[in-house]
Amino acid sequence: MAAAEMTGVTDAPRRARRRSLGWVFWLAVVWIGVVLFGALAANLLPLEDPSKISLLARRQGPSALHLFGTDHLGRDVLSRVVYGSRASLAVGLISAFLALLAGGTLGLLAGYFRGRLESLTMAAMDVLLAFPPLVLALAIIAYLGQDMVNLTLTLALLSVPASTRVARASTLAIAEREFVVAARALGASHLRVMLRELLPNVVLPLLVYTLILVAVLIVGEGVLSFLGLGVPPPMASWGSMMSEGREQLDVAPHIAFIPAIVMFLTVLSFNLVGDTLRSMTDPRRAAL
Amino acid sequence: MTLALLEVDNLCVELPTVRGPLRALAGVSLRLERGRSLGVVGESGSGKTMLSRAILQLLPPRAKVSGSTRFDGKTLQALAPEALRALRGKEIAVVFQDPMTSLNPVLTIGSQIVETLLEHLGLAASAARLRAVELLASVGIPEPERRAGQYPHQLSGGMRQRVAIAIALSCEPRLLLADEPTTALDVTVQAQILDLLARERSRRNMAMMLITHDLGIVAGRTDAVIVMYAGRVMERAATRVLFKQMRHPYTEALLAAIPKVEDAPHTPLAAIGGTPPDPTRPAPGCPFAPRCRYGRDDCREAMPGLAGLGDHQFACWHPLAQRPLPWRRDGR
Repeated sequence: MAAAEMTGVTDAPRRARRRSLGWVFWLAVVWIGVVLFGALAANLLPLEDPSKISLLARRQGPSALHLFGTDHLGRDVLSRVVYGSRASLAVGLISAFLALLAGGTLGLLAGYFRGRLESLTMAAMDVLLAFPPLVLALAIIAYLGQDMVNLTLTLALLSVPASTRVARASTLAIAEREFVVAARALGASHLRVMLRELLPNVVLPLLVYTLILVAVLIVGEGVLSFLGLGVPPPMASWGSMMSEGREQLDVAPHIAFIPAIVMFLTVLSFNLVGDTLRSMTDPRRAAL
Repeated sequence: MTLALLEVDNLCVELPTVRGPLRALAGVSLRLERGRSLGVVGESGSGKTMLSRAILQLLPPRAKVSGSTRFDGKTLQALAPEALRALRGKEIAVVFQDPMTSLNPVLTIGSQIVETLLEHLGLAASAARLRAVELLASVGIPEPERRAGQYPHQLSGGMRQRVAIAIALSCEPRLLLADEPTTALDVTVQAQILDLLARERSRRNMAMMLITHDLGIVAGRTDAVIVMYAGRVMERAATRVLFKQMRHPYTEALLAAIPKVEDAPHTPLAAIGGTPPDPTRPAPGCPFAPRCRYGRDDCREAMPGLAGLGDHQFACWHPLAQRPLPWRRDGR
């Protein structure tokens, strides 16, 4: 009954923390909702064309006409931030999802079958982890060419090892439990055990981890764009906007700071939501 | 002799460990006739659970197995994985020790029963759901329709074990392996679960292997008993005979270790001194000799074989005299 006691002890503070985190959590959810809506409905919103250059209105501060001001080519910063969220979110979400899919599958197989399959998978993941990620990303994108598909695939590849580890660790913990043996004893096939017994138990921690991975990958996309290897211009992304605004930091700091603040809030929101969901799934997992 | 439902012949299982090969089972033989029940008794590490896993062919892949296991005339080791899967759950079912961990926490009770029904009986989904509710009712779960939609953590331990039994019984198996089905449960619930198992066994004319460490549990509820120690069978007899005149010192020590109601308060428990031998370092001779109160030097030299009259066999050089035990004349 030690497990019951443990959950009894840790439950109270956790519940209290969740209550006090409540409004921050919902604020984060609302922010993610706003950003997602902006990304999806950018065409429908009354925004200026994000690549319309007007050299007469360069580096203007916020005004009624341009809520967030204009950049060094006179483009509307608000419009570019909204359109830029498309690139940042698409790359972040899709590459995190691909990493979830590949890493989840590999981790599940490795954790369930163990043996040589596990050693090989984990060795491959260690090799991948041992590369400095930025250098690897630079090398791949320089070689394959600079576009959004390559960027997404590269970031996904870099995140596979971590997802695999999370999936394998959860699978190992679950596969030890008696209900897996019980399912085998009741005549379930390997596939059935993995899909019906293991996956529902593994998918929750994995999804929560993926949410945090989205935040990391949005930053990753920003870093690559900042270095000039992200989405190709004139397309906007938060990273490339910051990079372009860097040279005018002394005269027009808003050009770099506005995308930076938007990215900061988005990444923070994903982290907050992911963390809260994780602490929500924890007591349940301990009580299993 | 008729063809037994389950026949285990000289089964040996060796598991590779970092400390060297571990002999989990060292030549176990047993027979179980159709519709009969067999108790397998022994302390932790005596190989009871290994035996049930070996019968199901669910040993770790690196385990080395010799000897044979025949179910209904079919040698299980020789069966293809597909045939084996069709057998598990349908012909041979299991109830595990801990109902907290033997049910999947993220699936509803109903869907876990339905799953087995769909797999083995090929029922339609709606028929399987009806059958699942019937099964829950038959193992004594009140409000079975509502319970079927609940998750394992919403049920008490005893209820969960009833669900596990319902799952095991769902395909009308011919052999039920009950691996310490009541160890994790409250004493008051224990009797209910054992009675439920006994009732369902006789109603379905199903054979049952009841694995436990508690001699008291097998006493009124099995036809025959096997006492295991260190992966070996130490004594086997019809239950009535065993309790009337046990011949092996280990059986006697096990029985003496059960606290008795009529004892005065604060009577020290008659625990068996010492610990079971290290299964990776088998010593010659009787494995129980170092802990046996009758152990002599010759016990440590060679392992006694199973011998005895008819159905009552025991592996001991110096068996107990044939006399009724002083504390339980009626064999309980």
